[in-house]
Amino acid sequence: MRSSVSAWRGICKMGDHIATQTLSAAHRAAATPIVIVGHVDHGKSTLIGRLLYDTDSLQDGKLAQIVESSRKRGLAVEWSFLLDSLQIERDQGVTVDSTRIPFRLGSREFVIVDAPGHRQFLRNMITGAADAEAAVLVVDAQEGAQEQTRRHAMLLRLIGIRHVIVLLNKSDVLGFDESKIVQAESDVRQLLGRLEIEVEAVVPASARDGDNIASRSERSAWYKGPTLIEALANVPPPASRLALPFRMPVQDVYRFDGVRYVAGRIERGTVRAGDRLTIGAQGQIATVAEVCRWHAPELPVAGAGESIALRLEPDLVPDRGDLLFPADDKAAAPERSARIRTRLFWLRGEPLRVGESFTLRLATAEHDVTVASIDAVVDLDDLTLRQGDEVPPDGFAEITLAASHAVLFDPFSPGFGDGRGVLVDRHQRIVGGAPLIGPADLEDGVHAIHPTASRISAGQQAQARGHKSGVFWLTGLPGSGKSTVARVAEVSLAAQNVKATVLDGDTLRAGLCSDLGFSPEDRRENIRRAAHVAKILSESGQAVIVALVSPLQADRDLARQIVGEGFHEVFVDTPLATCEQRDPKGLYAAARAGKIPEFTGVSAPYEAPLSPELRLGADRTEAETVSELTGFVLRVVQP
Amino acid sequence: MTRTHTLAEPRVMDDLDQLEAQSIFILREAYRKLKPLSLLWSLGKDSNVMVWLARKAFMGRVPFPVMHVDTEKKFPEMYAFRDEYTKKWNLDLLLGYCPPVEEIDPSLPPAARSAARKTAGLAAMIDKHKLRGVIAGIRRDEQATRAKERVFSPRGAGHRWDVRNQPPEFWDQYATPYEDGMHIRVHPLLAWREIDIWRYIEREGIPLVDLYFAKDGKRYRSLGDQDITSPIESNAATVAEVIAELESSKTSERAGRAMDHESEDAFERLRVAGYL
Repeated sequence: MRSSVSAWRGICKMGDHIATQTLSAAHRAAATPIVIVGHVDHGKSTLIGRLLYDTDSLQDGKLAQIVESSRKRGLAVEWSFLLDSLQIERDQGVTVDSTRIPFRLGSREFVIVDAPGHRQFLRNMITGAADAEAAVLVVDAQEGAQEQTRRHAMLLRLIGIRHVIVLLNKSDVLGFDESKIVQAESDVRQLLGRLEIEVEAVVPASARDGDNIASRSERSAWYKGPTLIEALANVPPPASRLALPFRMPVQDVYRFDGVRYVAGRIERGTVRAGDRLTIGAQGQIATVAEVCRWHAPELPVAGAGESIALRLEPDLVPDRGDLLFPADDKAAAPERSARIRTRLFWLRGEPLRVGESFTLRLATAEHDVTVASIDAVVDLDDLTLRQGDEVPPDGFAEITLAASHAVLFDPFSPGFGDGRGVLVDRHQRIVGGAPLIGPADLEDGVHAIHPTASRISAGQQAQARGHKSGVFWLTGLPGSGKSTVARVAEVSLAAQNVKATVLDGDTLRAGLCSDLGFSPEDRRENIRRAAHVAKILSESGQAVIVALVSPLQADRDLARQIVGEGFHEVFVDTPLATCEQRDPKGLYAAARAGKIPEFTGVSAPYEAPLSPELRLGADRTEAETVSELTGFVLRVVQP
Repeated sequence: MTRTHTLAEPRVMDDLDQLEAQSIFILREAYRKLKPLSLLWSLGKDSNVMVWLARKAFMGRVPFPVMHVDTEKKFPEMYAFRDEYTKKWNLDLLLGYCPPVEEIDPSLPPAARSAARKTAGLAAMIDKHKLRGVIAGIRRDEQATRAKERVFSPRGAGHRWDVRNQPPEFWDQYATPYEDGMHIRVHPLLAWREIDIWRYIEREGIPLVDLYFAKDGKRYRSLGDQDITSPIESNAATVAEVIAELESSKTSERAGRAMDHESEDAFERLRVAGYL
C-alpha cells in the first residue's frame, strides 16, 4: 500500500468551524505562542534574534551581551547567541533546548518558542511546539525543504498547529530573484499541501539583514505579500471552546472538612449548578450541587479552561480520569471504544513493534493498551504511507491501540484539547504522542485481544523487593557451562536476597516447548517463548537468567527486542574444543557420529556475540565465572 | 437541596485567569502523583503567589508541608513575615538550615558560593524528608537557564539536573519517572512573567514583605540573602506603582543578584548541581 498522507483527509474533524470570540479592548488576552521550526542552519535562531531586535523587545544589556559574546569568539554580531544561553550550547554552536521569549506587536503579545533542528532533539521541539497557536517554518530559499523541514512539518500537523507561516530565509543568496523564489515557494507549498497544512503566507526574507521581517525590503519590490511581522499579527486568536459540549476529566477527589470535592479542569463547554452529568465509562449520573472555587467571585457556572471543583449530588466518588459529560444529550456524548486508531509520533530511542504494552494517558485518564497493529508508517523522504512492521525512533505512523476496557474520548482536533493521547512506558516515561483518530473496527473473524498491564510500576516493584529486575541472556555452545553457571549463580543471588529465576534450555524443552524440534524455525520459536516468559518474570521484579544456546544473532536480537530495556547478553565463551572435551551429555560424540542432525558447533552454525554486555571466558575456574556473573547481576539490579 | 438554575455565562478568562488555572492544574497533578511533597517557601513574592495558588487548588488550604531552607542571612523583615503568615495561612512549616560557606566548593565565585549553601541545605531537607516532589517558584523569564526547564523536572541521584537529557513534556502530560534517590522539581510558575506575578498580587491582594516597596528611593526587586542582594533605584511604594515601573523598564529582574554576573556559566553550574 502506498498512498499520500493526504489520504488522511476527512478522518479527523477539524475544529476550524468554531467561532472565535470578540472581546472588549480592556480584556488582556494571554500571549499567543509562536513556534519557530525548520532544518538546522536554515536560520531559526538568527530570525529570533532579529525579531526581538526589530520589535524592541530586548532587555537592556542583552545587546551588549551578544556583542561581547560574539567578540570573544572572534565573530561578527551573532543574533543566535541571544538564545544560545547555555554554556554547553555555545561551545558546540547548536541550540539544545527550546526557549521561550516574549515580544509585543502593538497591543498583542506573543511568546516565541525556539525549537531546535537536530533530529535527536525532537522531544525538545515537541515540548516547545505543542502549545503553539502558530508556527513559522524557516526554509533556506536556496536549499529548499530538507529532512528536518519535512519532519517538523509533519509534527506541526500531528500536534495540531493550525496556522503556519513559511519564511524563505536567505533569499538574498538568490538575489531576491522573483522567478527563483516563486519556484521555491511552489515547492514548499506542494509539500505542506500533502500534509493538509494551510499556509498563511510565504515570506521571502533575510533574517540576518532584516529584509521583510519587520520592514518591507527594497530588494524584493515585486513581493506584495505580508512581512513576517504582518503575517504574525494576522494570526487569529485561539478559538473558543465554550460552545462545545461539556467535558471535564476528573483530576482528583478531595475530602476537606467533611466536604467532597471533585476537582478538574474543564476541557471544553460549560457547567452550571443543576446540570446532570454522566460519570465516566461506568455511566453513573449525578447533579452538580455547587461549582466551587476559593477566593474568587461566586459564580454558579464555569467554562472551558477553568480549574474548578464540583460538589455532586448524590455524593459519588469518581475515579481520577473519569470523564464528566452531559447526561441528557446523547449527541453530546464522547466516542466509546476499546480499539482506537491513532496517529503516532514516536519518541523512544528503540523502534516500536506490535504487541508492546503501554499506558495511554488521555488528559488525566490512564488506560492499559497494547499496540494491536501498525497500520501504516510514514516515509519521511516523500511523506507517503507504507506498510511496516515497526515504527523507527522519531518516526510517524498510524497504529491501532487495544485497551483492556472501553475508553471514552473525543477525536483529536487541532487547536483543542481533545484526543491528545500520550504513550507512557512502565518507567513512567513519555515515549510517544498518539492523537486519537477514532474507534477501530474489527475485521471479520479477528478475535479481539485486550492484554492488560500490571498496575504496579517498575519503581514500586523494585521498592517492594529491594532490588531492580533484569534479564541476563546466557548464550554459548552446548556444553559451555551455561546451565551450571546459571544454577550456581541463582543460589548465590538468593543468599544476597535477590530473587532470581533460571530459564534453562533443556528444562523449557521438557515442558513449555516440548512441541518444538531443532529446525531454525523451531529454535527461533523456542527463543521467542523464552524471551516472553523472561519478560513476564522480569516485570514481576525478578532477575531472570536465561541459559539457551541461542546460536543466531538475529534470534538473540529478537529476544532483546521482546524483553526491551533490561536485557543483557552474556557470552559464555568456552571454545568448541573444551566443550567437546567436556561433553557432559555425550551430545558431541553423538553429533560427530551423525546421530544428531543440525547440532550447533558441529553441523549447525554458532554466531558468537560481537558485543555482549558480559563475556565469561573459559580461562577461569567455575567459581570465578559464577562470581563474575553474580557480580554483574548485582551491579545491574542493586540500587 | 435547592437547585440554582441560572442563565449566567462563564466569565471570559484573561491572561491571569489562564495562568492561574494552569498553575492550579500543575499543583493538583503534583499532589496526586508525588508523595511526600513539599513546597519551597522562600518568603519572596513568587513563593507567596505559589502558596496562594495552592490554597486556590485545595479550597483554601495547603495540604502538604511548606519548607523554608534558612540561610540565616535573610532580612529580619522576612523572618517576621514567615512567622506571621505560617499562622495566618495555617501552614505546616518545615525548617531547614544551610551548612557554613566553608563547606562549599571553593572553585565557585564568592556570591555563587554563598548561593550554593542553599543548594546544600535543600538537598539535606529532601533527603531527610525523603521527598519525591519539591514545588519551586522559578520562572522562565527570570534567567536564560531557567527558560530551559520543564514543569516536572526530574532530578537524578545527587539531585543533579541533566539539562541535556530532559523528558519530552507536552499536552499537559508530565513524566514522573522514579528511581531511588530521585525527586521531581515541580514548577507551577514557569510560564509566569515578573509583571504577571505583580498583577496577580494586586488582583488577589496577596501580602508581601515590605522590602519590595521603595523607601528613600530604593527597593528590592528580588530578595536573596542580605549579603548578595542589592536594592534598585525606585520610588515605587505600592503594588500599582511597581507594576507601572515594570511596564516601562527593560532591566533584568535578577540584575541585583550578584552570582548571575560573576561568570558566564556560574548560574548554570549552580543549577546543574541542584540550585533552583
